[in-house]
Amino acid sequence: MTMAEGELAIANLHFVRDQHLPPQAPPVRMTGPIGWVRANLLSTPVNVVLTVLVLLLTFWVVRELLDFLIINAVWTGADREACLVTAQRPEVGACWPFVWERLAYFTYGSYPIPERWRVDVFFALLAIGVAWMLWLGAPRRDLGALYFFVVLPIVSYILLHGFAAIGLPVVDTVLWGGVLVTIVVATVGIVVSLPIGILLALGRRSRMPTVRFFSTLFIEFVRGVPLITVLFMASVMLPLFVPEQFEPDKLLRALVGIALFASAYMAEVVRAGLQAIPKGQYEGAMAVGLSYSPMMRLIVLPQALRITIPNIVNTYIGLFKDTTLVTIIGIFDLLHTIEVARIDPKWATPVTSATGYAVAAIFYLIFCYGMSRYARATEARLRKGDKK
Amino acid sequence: MSSEQVTGTQPPRVPLYNDPRVRSVVYQLGLAAIIAFLVWGAVSNAIAHLQKAHIASGFGFWNQTAGFDISQSLIPYSSTLSTYGTAFWVGLLNTLLVAALGIVFATILGFIVGISRLSKNWLLSRVAGGYVETIRNIPLLLQLLFWYNGVLKALPELRDSYVVAGGFYINNRGFYMPNPVARPGFGWVELVFAIGVLASIAFYFWARRRQMQTGRQAPVFLVTLGLVVALPFLVLLLAGVPIHFESPQAGRFNISGGIEIVPEFAALLFGLSIYTAAFIAEVVRAGILAVSHGQAEAAFSLGLKPGPTLRLIVVPQAMRVIIPPLSSQYLNLIKNSSLAVAIGYPDLVQVFTGTVLNQTGQAVEVVAITMAVYLSISLVTSGLMNLYNRRMALVER
Repeated sequence: MTMAEGELAIANLHFVRDQHLPPQAPPVRMTGPIGWVRANLLSTPVNVVLTVLVLLLTFWVVRELLDFLIINAVWTGADREACLVTAQRPEVGACWPFVWERLAYFTYGSYPIPERWRVDVFFALLAIGVAWMLWLGAPRRDLGALYFFVVLPIVSYILLHGFAAIGLPVVDTVLWGGVLVTIVVATVGIVVSLPIGILLALGRRSRMPTVRFFSTLFIEFVRGVPLITVLFMASVMLPLFVPEQFEPDKLLRALVGIALFASAYMAEVVRAGLQAIPKGQYEGAMAVGLSYSPMMRLIVLPQALRITIPNIVNTYIGLFKDTTLVTIIGIFDLLHTIEVARIDPKWATPVTSATGYAVAAIFYLIFCYGMSRYARATEARLRKGDKK
Repeated sequence: MSSEQVTGTQPPRVPLYNDPRVRSVVYQLGLAAIIAFLVWGAVSNAIAHLQKAHIASGFGFWNQTAGFDISQSLIPYSSTLSTYGTAFWVGLLNTLLVAALGIVFATILGFIVGISRLSKNWLLSRVAGGYVETIRNIPLLLQLLFWYNGVLKALPELRDSYVVAGGFYINNRGFYMPNPVARPGFGWVELVFAIGVLASIAFYFWARRRQMQTGRQAPVFLVTLGLVVALPFLVLLLAGVPIHFESPQAGRFNISGGIEIVPEFAALLFGLSIYTAAFIAEVVRAGILAVSHGQAEAAFSLGLKPGPTLRLIVVPQAMRVIIPPLSSQYLNLIKNSSLAVAIGYPDLVQVFTGTVLNQTGQAVEVVAITMAVYLSISLVTSGLMNLYNRRMALVER
């Protein structure tokens, strides 16, 4: 092998690039809006199909809602004629003049018009109490609790029911209705169920067999039957059980039913909180010589209630929704006033029912969603406190 | 004196009223006395009231003729011949029917929504979240009234029914569809179907045992499909399709024949399923989140695909967390079915606590029976769920 042949062989073995490669395409963008869409909406073929389907569904639902609530809705009119299908208007949405005219009825029921300021004052007092209780950084929350659980019920009763001696004419509860009754039923349920629920929860964890037996019996019995049967029991059986001169009026019967029902559920929530308190807390309290009542009042319950706030609020959401059931036993809550108004011949059209239900749905949605946001915020706050 | 207390073997003497045991006995006796007094007062008042109002007591009404109509009945019932007792059974069966179907639909929908909420697809998880938040925060009664009065009762009248080819009618009196009627020879199909079901159960257990012993999997799903669906279908064809469909006939005033689904039932089933599904979705979501992420990662690193990972690793562990709250949602659904009374579906509460109570006036007996029924349903359901829960629970050694 000559020198030249050797060089040639080496030259054949080695490849020397004498020009640049064409540049590669840039990598798929994983940041920015396009990257986000790619990662969260279009990552796999299945996801693409899902995204398209969900988009179509969302589009359809939103369009139907907008059509009904705004675009095709009727905004002015004096009676049902305004909300009927005509040649010029083949599609009719919500019938808002109906709501507008009946708004006072939905709020106060048949409460006498000259006395309605009392209801407004009640709403304002209640709003103050609720704000005081819910705002965890508020000053003097102990006074707030006193106001909410003692002062407010008494003042509200005098205000709403009337007290002839101080010049407030008596308004029979038969005339109460609408949002007023919904709020009253919910508030009574809330105010009564917490103390009774705490007592029942303590009773269920008591070492005294009789106390434990009766508490457990009550809780399990009430939780095992539907609310509507409890309400039926309150409305048809309660009058039988009390002497004739004390026969409760219809609203009071419903309130008793709701309060008993809510107490049983509240008891279970509180019991869960009591169980979450480490045994050392009980033992520590006993070791420093506290007897049962101060131990519970000063050591256990404050901790137990603090961690159960989210669940208590969730129970209240359930209670607030359950107040609609008083409709069935003939109490004029918001839903019942809507049921009455929607079949009123003056406004009865094919869209009146849906309009009324939409109003009620928005009302409950705002209240319940607000409460659930509050529960979640409190939960987050508590978790932050525990991390320290 | 004081030295005696310190050195004595006797415990210090406590006044009787400070002795915890004495106190506890006194408290308990006091409570029992108060409750006994309340019960006695209630009973004596009730007896006085009932005597004054000349209302009979006892359960004699059970065998009296009911004399009212019920729009949907699973057992033979006639308003002129049947007793209050029969009406009770009609109502109970209607409750159980709507509750059973509601549980099935709510579970399916709830699992779909719950898993969707955890999807990596942003849009899907947001829409599922929106569904849950909206439905959970609107009272069930309102939703039922909406489905019934706002949707189903707003459908066209009988004359303008929507007609779907093949004999389906939809109008504001309900849904009507063809009723399959067996002709002679259909017995063979039923027989083969029954054999197929038994055989597929046997095959399932055999396949599971073999997999436990040898690790080899068997195509359980395909075999079951073949035995339960394909084989009976083949026999159906071989026997010359011994079945015909009795289509509903639209008359001038009503539709006769076929299967009729009353709007009350449809609205209740719809409302209950959609409402409970929102709660079940939350339960499912919490259960899946409770399974530590390492489990799924370990499964991926073993080479399992997302589908089998979910099916074999995540869901079985999540089920342990899901079952207890799921069973309480089922109980809620059963109890919520009593809202039927608001839209007139003849369930237990509507028939018994509504009509029967109004006709007989025997509030105590009627409400007591209704409550006893719901309590037993609750106890039986929670018993069954506990049994299942015990089988699924982690076996700790």
